[in-house]
Amino acid sequence: MLQIECPWCGPRDQDEFQCGGEAHIVRPAAPEALSDAEWADYLFNRANTKGAHAEQWCHSGGCRRWFNVVRDTVSYKILSVYHVGDSPPQENP
Amino acid sequence: MKKNRYSIFSLARNAVSYHRDWRAAWRSPDPAASYDVIVVGGGGHGLATAYYLAAEHKVGRIAVLEKGWIGGGNTGRNTTIVRSNYLWDESAHLYEKSLQLWEGLSQELNFNVMFSQRGVMNLGHSLQDMRDIYRRSNANRLNGIDSEILNPAQIKAMVPAMNVSANARYPVLGASFQARGGVARHDAVAWGFARAADEHGVDIIQNCEVTGICKENGVVTGVETNRGMIQASKVAVVAAGHSSVLGDMAGLRMPIESHPLQALVSEPLKPVLDTVVMSNAVHGYVSQSDKGELVIGAGIDAYIGYGQRGSFSIIEGNVAAIVELFPIFSRVRMLRQWGGIVDVCPDACPIISKTSLKGLYFNCGWGTGGFKATPGSGWVFAHTVAHDEPHALNAAFNMERFTTGALIDEHGAAGVAH
Repeated sequence: MLQIECPWCGPRDQDEFQCGGEAHIVRPAAPEALSDAEWADYLFNRANTKGAHAEQWCHSGGCRRWFNVVRDTVSYKILSVYHVGDSPPQENP
Repeated sequence: MKKNRYSIFSLARNAVSYHRDWRAAWRSPDPAASYDVIVVGGGGHGLATAYYLAAEHKVGRIAVLEKGWIGGGNTGRNTTIVRSNYLWDESAHLYEKSLQLWEGLSQELNFNVMFSQRGVMNLGHSLQDMRDIYRRSNANRLNGIDSEILNPAQIKAMVPAMNVSANARYPVLGASFQARGGVARHDAVAWGFARAADEHGVDIIQNCEVTGICKENGVVTGVETNRGMIQASKVAVVAAGHSSVLGDMAGLRMPIESHPLQALVSEPLKPVLDTVVMSNAVHGYVSQSDKGELVIGAGIDAYIGYGQRGSFSIIEGNVAAIVELFPIFSRVRMLRQWGGIVDVCPDACPIISKTSLKGLYFNCGWGTGGFKATPGSGWVFAHTVAHDEPHALNAAFNMERFTTGALIDEHGAAGVAH
């Protein structure tokens, strides 16, 4: 089980959260200008990283706010938690 | 080539020598410098691919590279259910081909894969469930696939342990039943294909991890491994949960996410359940193995995970559903619980396809339901690799469908419980 540090509510059990998949996928500004391949890449292709992976979580059983998490997808260890719109923090010194 | 044929006579002959002289089921050769085809991944699908490449397409030199050991990945981690009752024509035809291969597999491989056609029951718990079941069942019959609809009394007669009372939290309103479905011994499938492929001259190389895919001018030339570079004119990747990792090596972005999928088995019990029961709505599926263990499958975690383990809450919800359906299982003790990594496509259908790199082929995206397709998947993928063209059965399962939009949306029909 994961213990996830909600930026607003503090550390809570994983059951209170829902995972929203890969973070930092930006909807193209002008979809009509894209080729089919570029649109498919936005819609379907995913990094599916083995290792440090930036993903969205929602505290759906709590404050219901979204935030981002960098998590190791092998050990499942949460490496950092940060606000939506921010860049992932650099590695801890 | 069947030098090591298993039969009642070879059993008797070896009994005389106290079973000390059985030969290894397959060789463990060192990798050669080059092959015609390298299959990356020694799971059931990869071994089946190598077997059909050698046996049906007479491809000369074939190697299967497995980073772990044969039978140690998803082939030995699934809940062994085999069925072909898929809604859409493309999937129905593919899985039905596979089911037909299952029906003759023990004979073909000279290895008892313990394929037991004890039937697969898919429960409906709501009016909408039942409408979907009627639709799928009718679609199956139009495709020549056996399917029946059962009412609660018929279900109770077949599975007395199930609670079909109208007072259940999710009452059982009916089910579809595919009598030709069932279970198979998953390790035996891996071992049987490995042994049969080896007999046809395939080199099975375990503990050999692919670390890079070599290419020149858009053409594949071989793979880098922890045992050195191995040349090949064709590389067929069947890497399940690690498909994206292999895709990265080739510079391909994949429409795949890898999730943990869990299962558990109980202590062995006397016979109590002689068919396979699945429920998409409460999300549980259960059968009883020949050893007597209840084999229970859970769902995937929503997060990406390569760790071969999942969240306890998934198991908790799954077991709650099973106990609701089978109240007498409430005091059964669980023996083992484990996870595997499943590669899930957005439309819950596999990719069995050529790629933009010449000589590179991918067979992936089977998600939570690849075991049932093991022989069929290998059969169509071998055809695709040997002829550099997909077979009619897997033409729709190409990688371009995510660009063209011709998805095969099995998510609603079959994507939850496998």
